[in-house]
Amino acid sequence: MESQKKTFWHYFKKRRMAVGGLTLILITFLIAGLAFFLAPYDPGKTEVSMKLKAPSFQHLLGTDQLGRDIFSRMLYGSRISLSVGFVAVGISIFIGVLVGALAGYYGRWIDSLLMRFVDTMLCFPSFFLILAVVALMGPSIFNIMVVIGVTSWMGTSRFVRAEFLSLRERDFTQAAMALGVKDSRIIFRHILPNALAPVFVTATLKVASAILIEAGLSFLGFGVQPPAPSWGNILTEGRTYIFDAWWLTVFPGLAILITVLSFNLLGEGLRDALDPRLRGRK
Amino acid sequence: MVSFFLKKLFQLFVTLIGISIISWVVITQAPGSPIALTMDPKVSPVIIEQMMKNYDLDKPIYQQYYLWLKKLFTGKLYSFKDGRTVMEKISERIWNTLLLNLVATIIIFSLAIPLGIFSAKRQYSFLDNLGTFGAYLGISAPGFWLAYLLILGTVELFGYPVLGMRSFVTEDFTTTEIVMDRIWHLMLPSIILAIGGIAGLSRYTRSSMLEVVRQDYVRTAKAKGLSEETVYYKHALRNALLPIITIFGFLIPDLIGGSIIMETVFAWPGIGRLSYQAVLARDYPVVMTILTISAVLTLIGNFIADILYGIADPRIRYQ
Amino acid sequence: MKIENSKNRPLLEVRDLSIHFFTEEGVIQAVQNVSFEIYPGEILGLVGESGCGKSVTGLSLLRLIPIPPGRIVNGDITFDGRSLLNLEEKEMERVRGNDISMIFQEPMTSLNPVFTIGDQIMEAIILHQGLDKKAARERAIEMLDRVRIPSPDKTIDSYPHQLSGGMRQRAMIAMALSCQPKLLIADEPTTALDVTIQAQVLELLKEIQREMGMSVMLITHDLGVIAEIADRVAVMYAGRIFEYGPIEAIFGKMRNPYTRGLMTSIPQLTEKKDRLNAIPGQVPDPMDLRVGCKFHPRCYLMIEECKKEEPPLFQVNGDHFSRCIRWKECC
Repeated sequence: MESQKKTFWHYFKKRRMAVGGLTLILITFLIAGLAFFLAPYDPGKTEVSMKLKAPSFQHLLGTDQLGRDIFSRMLYGSRISLSVGFVAVGISIFIGVLVGALAGYYGRWIDSLLMRFVDTMLCFPSFFLILAVVALMGPSIFNIMVVIGVTSWMGTSRFVRAEFLSLRERDFTQAAMALGVKDSRIIFRHILPNALAPVFVTATLKVASAILIEAGLSFLGFGVQPPAPSWGNILTEGRTYIFDAWWLTVFPGLAILITVLSFNLLGEGLRDALDPRLRGRK
Repeated sequence: MVSFFLKKLFQLFVTLIGISIISWVVITQAPGSPIALTMDPKVSPVIIEQMMKNYDLDKPIYQQYYLWLKKLFTGKLYSFKDGRTVMEKISERIWNTLLLNLVATIIIFSLAIPLGIFSAKRQYSFLDNLGTFGAYLGISAPGFWLAYLLILGTVELFGYPVLGMRSFVTEDFTTTEIVMDRIWHLMLPSIILAIGGIAGLSRYTRSSMLEVVRQDYVRTAKAKGLSEETVYYKHALRNALLPIITIFGFLIPDLIGGSIIMETVFAWPGIGRLSYQAVLARDYPVVMTILTISAVLTLIGNFIADILYGIADPRIRYQ
Repeated sequence: MKIENSKNRPLLEVRDLSIHFFTEEGVIQAVQNVSFEIYPGEILGLVGESGCGKSVTGLSLLRLIPIPPGRIVNGDITFDGRSLLNLEEKEMERVRGNDISMIFQEPMTSLNPVFTIGDQIMEAIILHQGLDKKAARERAIEMLDRVRIPSPDKTIDSYPHQLSGGMRQRAMIAMALSCQPKLLIADEPTTALDVTIQAQVLELLKEIQREMGMSVMLITHDLGVIAEIADRVAVMYAGRIFEYGPIEAIFGKMRNPYTRGLMTSIPQLTEKKDRLNAIPGQVPDPMDLRVGCKFHPRCYLMIEECKKEEPPLFQVNGDHFSRCIRWKECC
């Protein structure tokens, strides 16, 4: 396992885009964590006399229709995006790994049943499903996290199931079974650590899509509710003033783009670094 | 081949039933749903009574589900918002959405596949890396943002209206101008809708090509003296394209989901916009029905894709 | 080290061929200073264990080595008087499948699964011989018949997955021979087949080779196969030729300790032994080849001098050569 990690880092470092992604993510984290210190203004403070001002030294990214500083609002918005991303994906990974492990380990009718369920869930357009359920349950950050988590575990479960199906046939598993080791122990201590590699990849990519979903929900009014700032709802408010105040549209979108991009780059970089077939060219 | 088809058909029906059950469960049983509302003492008795009637809440659960299905098929499900039947509202708009998605799909396939093939041929070249980075941008950019940028840009540049299916001032236009106007209105949302798909599919095509090119039979083709082009575009490509047929099935739910935002942004009168308005108005029958229909469309799309794959791959066609 | 053969010129001549692979982990010297000839109408066996460079040598004759990361760093390949390495790609395409053909080890993965056998055979015929579809189809059926495939007119429209392993290999042979090449390179053609089928396919190869007066370069790790049909043998180890000569000489009185090791490690049915005669030690890492004779760490005849310099090929007699300074005492 140790040498695996070493070779992994060696190949990872070579993928510049992935390293770039990781760096951007770390920066974003830093910014989000230090939002309180970095924000020049209180994001909720309205000052109508300063409404709809273009970017300037005073207001780096301009102001919105209530005179609030966009830069500060976006700093606080980053916290929302990142936390929704991570918690939602945490939930989705948890469910996905559980379902995939059970299906892959026990096989037969449990596998068929679970996979039928997965196939059925995959038919639903996830964004619409999320929208409908969040609308039903009421748009709070917690609800959003849970709903996204509960509707996006299917891909992970497939990966994990595939890994379990193959790892179950391996010698070390057969040996453990022959020794009478309890099922749950085999699953968690023996097979799971080996099956986790693709899960990291999916998890990273899922954070990217979770952030996009949250932005979309906020944009439609079912995400973070104003006056709390989210990149998505700043964009919504900017809709009305699109032709007069372009900064309300451009900056939040750019922020979403860069953050999501960095997670995607990291995820793809992880995938390439973990795939032995993609190495060895000069 | 026949057994393959029958097996897929059977799976189709099972999943159909699963879809209807899940749709119904999600909308009626989730917290905040009509059932929870009836328990809420703050809600007026008149509304509660309407709910009970609409949802047959006084009957046992399985009967509720069955009655819902029955109403769905006989077109007797009524919208909360304006009392018309759900089916009526949907059938007015569904063709618009299908048109939009069809155009988007055509755009996706006709751009992404050549892009992917080209990238694979020049692996690691500057253009390939550029294409890869572009693809990442495509899947990372929020659709509504791109839509607004596009709107901003085209209106500033051309000064021509972009929203809706047609412009309001078209009464005096000639037929050609009307057609061009329609096409203009159709292209913009389709293109934005297609961006994510183009990015994803081009990468998938690229990796499929790269994998196929390493296969033994490609080496055999070269050893026969076939030219680079023949080896690449005849022997490799046909094998690389096979799995792409199945991708078609995966595109559908994303397109439908993306339609909600696109139709709202561009004021396109389709079921995406309808579903958003229904969600805003808490019009549950409409929401449930559209949810089910979308899932069914996806299911059918996947089914067709699987069958097409079975026909295209000789290993399945001839057992 | 030219063999003076008064009868005829060699059809294929390889001189000092060296092929290296440049990878992220290092440089692999897959083939180093390899020289041999193949005469018209003869079968040359290229024998050695996995990783010795024999497949790479075979592929290089058709210039099928993937150029990055591989590179032909040195050497000449002359076929029918022409230097293959100097040809333009377009000219090389005319040689492949036409003057020189190749068949591979795994018939299942070497045939394109989405085209019929007939299509794949006809492709080469149409390309190189300019026949129209109808005539090409007739020729293809003829070829399938020649390789003893039953009902060739039906099989021609089958897909590879519908045939058994032995049939697929025959189909590959039909495909390779459809344009009457002067040289056939067979890379482990029978290794993936069942033993009984192996014998059939070898018989077939021998027969067709005699009929067509074709030369064959048979690449294999199986000495039994070589014994069956080869006229001359080249034994390879760690990318170099260790022994080279007519089959009677090498099987009768070999003059290289590696060849001896190979031969004696095959268990004989008539012998009763407690342990198998494995050659002690391991095949060297191609990225970390040490100075001197590449076999010396495992050689029972090793002396100090073996560690210093790589020996040249010594002439044992006539056309029998051995890369060992102690060949006289060998075996």
